[in-house]
Amino acid sequence: MSKIFDPVEVRKDFPIFSKVMRGNSRLVYLDSGATSQKPREVLDAEREFYEKNNAAVHRGSHLLAEEASAAYEGARQKVANFIGANVDDVIFTKSATESLNAIAYSLGNSKPGSRYEIKSGDRIVLSEMEHHANLIPWQQLAKRTGAELAWFDVDSNGRLDLSNASELINSRTKIVALTHQSNVLGTINPVSEIAAIAHKVGALFVLDGCQSVPHFPVNVQSLGIDFLAFSGHKAVGPTGVGVLWAKAEHLAGMEPFLFGGSMIESVTMTDATWAPAPRKFEAGVPNMAQAVGLGAAVDYLQKLGMANVAAHDEELTGYALEKFSALSGVRIIGPKDLKDRGAVISFVVEGIHPHDVGQVLDQYGVAVRTGHHCAWPLMKKFGITGTTRASFYLYNDFQDIDILIDSIDRAQKYFKV
Amino acid sequence: MELDSLYQQVILDHYKNPKHKNLNESYTAQVHHVNPSCGDEITLNIQVQAGKVAGISWDGVGCSISQASTSIMTELVLGKDIENAFEILGEFTDLMQSKGTKSGDEEVLEDAVALAGVSKFPARIKCALLGWMAFKDAVLQSKDKLGE
Repeated sequence: MSKIFDPVEVRKDFPIFSKVMRGNSRLVYLDSGATSQKPREVLDAEREFYEKNNAAVHRGSHLLAEEASAAYEGARQKVANFIGANVDDVIFTKSATESLNAIAYSLGNSKPGSRYEIKSGDRIVLSEMEHHANLIPWQQLAKRTGAELAWFDVDSNGRLDLSNASELINSRTKIVALTHQSNVLGTINPVSEIAAIAHKVGALFVLDGCQSVPHFPVNVQSLGIDFLAFSGHKAVGPTGVGVLWAKAEHLAGMEPFLFGGSMIESVTMTDATWAPAPRKFEAGVPNMAQAVGLGAAVDYLQKLGMANVAAHDEELTGYALEKFSALSGVRIIGPKDLKDRGAVISFVVEGIHPHDVGQVLDQYGVAVRTGHHCAWPLMKKFGITGTTRASFYLYNDFQDIDILIDSIDRAQKYFKV
Repeated sequence: MELDSLYQQVILDHYKNPKHKNLNESYTAQVHHVNPSCGDEITLNIQVQAGKVAGISWDGVGCSISQASTSIMTELVLGKDIENAFEILGEFTDLMQSKGTKSGDEEVLEDAVALAGVSKFPARIKCALLGWMAFKDAVLQSKDKLGE
């Protein structure tokens, strides 16, 4: 392994890797696509917030309220720097799922005649590889408004079929919502290219960055997108915090989705006006400790360097693809080459159900995800009920992949296939 | 090895050669159950006659545990009085919820005692119960239809 950084050293920052797993094995954690593990810095940041600074942000005139607000807003600044955004355009949510729902609900709340209004006959373009979180909110918006859904097909290699992009994204299209990297296939989509097509017809481009932001440098300006959603917990941050980024003009023009405290400018018994973003979209006392934890997570990632994280991911993926290609009776679902491909490998072991594969792997301390990965339509497209998925991150090394490959071999022997 | 407590030979045998896995044309109720967390699916046909399980057949996709458990269940309930079949169902459900503390009454559960090890793996309990819950639902639907 080249010395981008040493994943074995990195592991020492993550207390969970001292855990002894089933079969007396060390933890081989290959499920970062579902959630990443957390370094001590993140755990400490959350704890320290509660122990030293805890108070409701943006209220109160006492020292703790000041410190809590500074810590929370400091985290927002870190996240903004991390994705190349202006600080006021970064909104903390509870999850990427909430971020995507917030966009869909906000657009659905638009006043008649607003440029954000979605109405009968409008089109929402998605893809077949979307996670349920970037599919169902749009399905429901379409049902509520009478808009129609259309989507990019996925080809047999797990790439988007872009041949009909300009017919698909037609003049009636209001929204194009796409994943940056498939959580199942590992495919990295040509975001800027598709965003440019969307903008030509005046559509808004929504990017699901759950699998990209934690893994490689993502800059909202250079991508040319309108919205970005991602979660903290997949990026070595805490659970319970997600991010919604949008261009300032959209945040100013859109209706809020949640109403209540903090998000107002003034209130009477019959009406209210809204505070400017980001507070317009952050009703209630926010998830302060989690946001602070996410700030520490961003610091941690930047200390390693996102370009290094990406290079490390690529090294692991290249090594794993090579090892997988030598296995018999194992089929990769997704691109088999490294081009535009992230550190996620979904596979099917002929004759063994993914649950059973996962169970045998667990016996050797290997944690993988099994099932449909919240991408049921994609499974149907490939004619399968599920896959086993190994996803790699900054604490994985070549040995983890060797153990994975050996364990797959053992599963085949165990089930005599 | 811990795995062997989960995958007893009888489970692997039923998985390779499942019983009654061929949908009968005639039935008093047909149900379709899905395990939403993993996408496993089962269709189960049941023929209830004179208070008995006169016929049972199924088709579906799933892991070795769900397939074997369904296969074993069909063998157990076929020809039994509904009341008796539900007692077996109750016994099996208790076994699954026992967290490894019970080994199961072989007199009642026969081959299904081989699934006792599943109760130590919480993520797999719903796999083992998929076919059984489909059976329960199908019987209740048959009863509704037959006005019993």
